[in-house]
Amino acid sequence: MVLVAEVKQVVAPGELVAEGDHIVGDNVYRVGNQIFSASVGIVEADGNRVLVVPLKGGYIPMVGDMVAGRIVDVGLSGWSVDILAPYPAMLPASETPGPRGPRRRDLSESFDVGDMVLAQVLAFDRTRDPLLTTKGPGLGKVSTGRVVEISAAKIPRLIGRKGSMIGMLKRETGCQITVGRNGVALVWGKSPEGERVAVEAIYMVEREAHMRGLTDRVREMIVKAGVVGEVARV
Amino acid sequence: MLWEKLPESKPPELIDSKGFRADGRRLDQLRPIKLEVGILDKADGSAYVEQGKNKIMCAVYGPREAHPKHIALPDRAVIRCRYHMAPFSVDERKSPAPSRREMELSKVIRESLEPVVLADLYPRTTIDLFVEVLQSDGGSRCAGIIGASLALADAGIPMTELVAACAVGKVQGKLALDLSDSEDKYGEADLPVAFVPNANLVTLLQMDGSLTTEEFEKGLGMALEACRTIHGLQREALKKKYHEMKEAVEEKEESEVVA
Repeated sequence: MVLVAEVKQVVAPGELVAEGDHIVGDNVYRVGNQIFSASVGIVEADGNRVLVVPLKGGYIPMVGDMVAGRIVDVGLSGWSVDILAPYPAMLPASETPGPRGPRRRDLSESFDVGDMVLAQVLAFDRTRDPLLTTKGPGLGKVSTGRVVEISAAKIPRLIGRKGSMIGMLKRETGCQITVGRNGVALVWGKSPEGERVAVEAIYMVEREAHMRGLTDRVREMIVKAGVVGEVARV
Repeated sequence: MLWEKLPESKPPELIDSKGFRADGRRLDQLRPIKLEVGILDKADGSAYVEQGKNKIMCAVYGPREAHPKHIALPDRAVIRCRYHMAPFSVDERKSPAPSRREMELSKVIRESLEPVVLADLYPRTTIDLFVEVLQSDGGSRCAGIIGASLALADAGIPMTELVAACAVGKVQGKLALDLSDSEDKYGEADLPVAFVPNANLVTLLQMDGSLTTEEFEKGLGMALEACRTIHGLQREALKKKYHEMKEAVEEKEESEVVA
């Protein structure tokens, strides 16, 4: 059991990552005794499991994910939602809170084309398009705040280990931040200046996701921007 | 009379008495290659290749929703490829409409990349691949494959490995690596090869002209060796972007410490 590549090293597809009987994680594949990378990404080891965290890539839905999407169509029994995935998502009217049945004739009264909704993936597999729900705390229409779109591959980094990055961002900027797994972050701040710095920080995480000590550098950037910390301590 | 002044259409001298080629290369020497990754903002993945006078831009979109819907496959992503030469990429204006040759090259480029892409991870989607030749100088299908596999990797599409490609040919009775346009036109044979080094897999093998069995075997060996070299350059190019950023930040930090 040897990790041939260093942890945190950037690897290309086809590069040897480890040798021996590791457990094969995401974005790696095994040929005989050797484990190779399948993506451009960073090598990580989690106990006996080796994986590559990709640096690029789109969003593929997973059941339970919180996603932010835009309504693209209003139908008779639900909405189609663009969640920036290769599959169109459906939000059935029965999966929204509120009265049901013929009493709600016009669904565009709840969500109309162009509205941003925060939803959870209720069902998805290889054969079916994702099904969403807005039943749940904090889910539903989003009508205020700022929308930041970043690559879905960078979302784990934006959240950080046990939420360290996102926790720091919220603390230091005094903003409320909700992160959709599909690469859409929603930011609500007490001041436009605070929002601006938070958005800037999120873009910085996206740009420098592959580097060490990022949390500290982002914190430094926010502190340098000043003003915001004050708001946070009010 | 006018026609007396016209140059004779004699093939140019491709290899001089010292064994050097028209552009000064040795017989087993590649043209200089420049690879860049991530040059287009709107595409999910992109790459730019310069090989000799070839200039090729590659872009990847996807995996994305399949349109028209009936082309989607239930168990994997459909890979579509368009190889296209710009009207200004050659001496005489090329019609921008897809020609027979371009359709063939689109097909062989796609087929040379399909074995490495883990398409079964994205059922019912398409991955669209565009290979745009801005300036053409022979061997553009190989340069296209080099760029296209870089663009796929840049798009974050899982693949077992990058695909490298290179051509060998026979020029004035001698085997020559990485043919240029004139060598391709006036030479006796052309043998483009795409190769996946770790898997030891040849994913493209075409030939026109004629080679003896011995020449073919020796030529294939030369091409595979060249593919290994190119494969190394591809990996480097793919990681360069991230390494450069790392260095820039580290430098900045150091200068701050000094200050």
